[in-house]
Amino acid sequence: MKKMLAAATLALSVSTTGMAFAEPLKIGMITTLSGGGAGLGIDTRDGFMLAIKNAGNKDVTVVTEDDAQKPELAVQIADKMIQSDKVDILTGIVWSNLLMAVAPSAVAQGKFYVSTNAAPAALAGANCNKLYFNAAYQNDNLHEAMGEYANKGYKKMFILAPNYPAGKDSLTGFKRYYKGQLAAEVYTQVGQTDYAAEIAQMRASGADGIFTFLPGGMGIAFMKQFAQSGVKIPVMGPGFSFSQDVLPAIGDAAVGAKASGQWAPDFDNAASKKFLADFQKEYNRLPSIYAVQAYDAAQLILSAASKASVKNADAFGAELKKADIQSPRGKFKFNTNQHPIQDIYLTEVVKQNGVITNKTVEKIFADHGDAYAKDCKI
Amino acid sequence: MTLALALEQLLNGLQLGVMLFLMAAGLTLIFGVMGLINLAHGSLYMVGAFACATVAAWTGSFWIGLIASLAAAAAAGAIVELVVIRRLYDRDHLDQVLATFALILMFSEGTRWLFGSFPLYLDIPPLLQGAVALPGGTEYPVYRLAIILAGAIVAFGLYLLISRTRLGMRIRAGESDREMIGALGVDIRTLYTVVFALGAALAGLAGAMVGALQSVQVGMGEPVLILAFVVIVIGGIGSIKGALLGALLVGVTDTMGRFLLPKILALFVAPAQAGMIGGAAASMLIYIVMAVILAVKPRGLFPAAHA
Repeated sequence: MKKMLAAATLALSVSTTGMAFAEPLKIGMITTLSGGGAGLGIDTRDGFMLAIKNAGNKDVTVVTEDDAQKPELAVQIADKMIQSDKVDILTGIVWSNLLMAVAPSAVAQGKFYVSTNAAPAALAGANCNKLYFNAAYQNDNLHEAMGEYANKGYKKMFILAPNYPAGKDSLTGFKRYYKGQLAAEVYTQVGQTDYAAEIAQMRASGADGIFTFLPGGMGIAFMKQFAQSGVKIPVMGPGFSFSQDVLPAIGDAAVGAKASGQWAPDFDNAASKKFLADFQKEYNRLPSIYAVQAYDAAQLILSAASKASVKNADAFGAELKKADIQSPRGKFKFNTNQHPIQDIYLTEVVKQNGVITNKTVEKIFADHGDAYAKDCKI
Repeated sequence: MTLALALEQLLNGLQLGVMLFLMAAGLTLIFGVMGLINLAHGSLYMVGAFACATVAAWTGSFWIGLIASLAAAAAAGAIVELVVIRRLYDRDHLDQVLATFALILMFSEGTRWLFGSFPLYLDIPPLLQGAVALPGGTEYPVYRLAIILAGAIVAFGLYLLISRTRLGMRIRAGESDREMIGALGVDIRTLYTVVFALGAALAGLAGAMVGALQSVQVGMGEPVLILAFVVIVIGGIGSIKGALLGALLVGVTDTMGRFLLPKILALFVAPAQAGMIGGAAASMLIYIVMAVILAVKPRGLFPAAHA
């Protein structure tokens, strides 16, 4: 009965976003559809389009372009989308260095930017903007959660991340909560595929735990090489390191790894079950957290557009900020800096019926915001 | 820093070097014999990795996959030579770069079309799983040792091929004077196709061996291609011996730089800063080495006789 009620509410909320909008809405999606990071961008696009399709609203159009994970290309596409496609909202960028190249200038031109993933610290604090929303998290969040988790039982951590804005945010976030000793803090190149030198340092470091933030192909390479190295130190990371886009390629080497996430496929709420079923039906694979984040970003935009015109920035922004959606994550609301306040969970990589996926273990943070919101004066 | 750690890092450098050699050998052979700059060499590396992953998933055997990777890359190389490259020998290098760059885009999009954008799964064969103990008390992955061994065998095989066989004689003759061996009645067109396919097969082998260690995905060849070019420029374009020494130099310099620079910097600045600056400096190191070598020996360490 409870489930039926939840499904009914969900159906109702979907049907309200299906109504005609005050103004037609044009969304520009810039994401990574080619190169090594393409898996992340494709999940972003597919999650976003799933929500748009479910809404079935003819007043929304989405134009999608591939940034190939190159900042200069992302800037060109953004200019084209704003000037000739005349989009109202930009979204979709996966990587923080690309977002920093696009979002500040887009909001300066009066366009909304709703981020589906990248959330650099630079845009969460003093430089926050009324037109910039983040539907995913703030970059530090999942790393903060692992720092908190590592306090239980790990005394000397080896931490590693790629040398780019989100990599620095990652280790900063981890250290903000982790109180133990650090064996080493290592920055690797973005896109690095061989970690032999770093694994040798891990072996020699005397660490009792390893924290890595290596999204996409970097994480696949690291986990496979680590599994072969004979080093027996437990590995943990934020959800990106063990997300559904990379798990099939890592294989059994990932099983047992602990990670943090705002969502996992086993979440027991109606919105999550519907999302999971719809996504699998539409694309015939399990969604990653990137897909959930983009799905929510699309839901947020649709919900705001059903109540206010995007041409009226104040009213539209106020509706966005209400976050009137059923998120698969469960609880979801916006902080003062327009980044999420949400629960963050510990997950574990498991093999169930031959499929390698994430299972929820426990809640690490309840209603977690970020450290930069206090500097944001909107 | 212990001796065991230094030894392990040296082996890591050696392994990276051997892998780069497999790429650079084909590249330098093709340049030496045909005077062609082939940017699509990284795509052949990717073809090898995808062929190995697909066949291994299909048959359940990495070894059959490895043979398939050699065959697929050699076939792809031969087809590319017959259809596209053949028309480029008489053009200048800019045309060659443009055409082979177009090939990269076609290979990447074609692979994406066939296999999708998500990385493929390719695991190390059971025989080579795990790690063995090394003198000094550390452990080292068996598979990486196997790559070093395979690279050494290939290097020795190439040496025998080029110095002891009729084909090798023709390759050396082609390097010294292309027109003359044509005039002497050697079927130069077939020779070119064979050399190109041989280079492609070496790239495919490297792709398959590394694919089991890293991730098999579209665009995996380009970062390696850049390093392979650094290797042949350092080694002297057209020289196999130069490619071998250049590859080992680049492999060891890169690995040792990543390992030692942050440690040295940590003596002067805070660990977090040292990690960041050291990491950035390490990624520049091989290019600095290249610049220094070119300043002293502008044609590389072992310039090919004519060039």
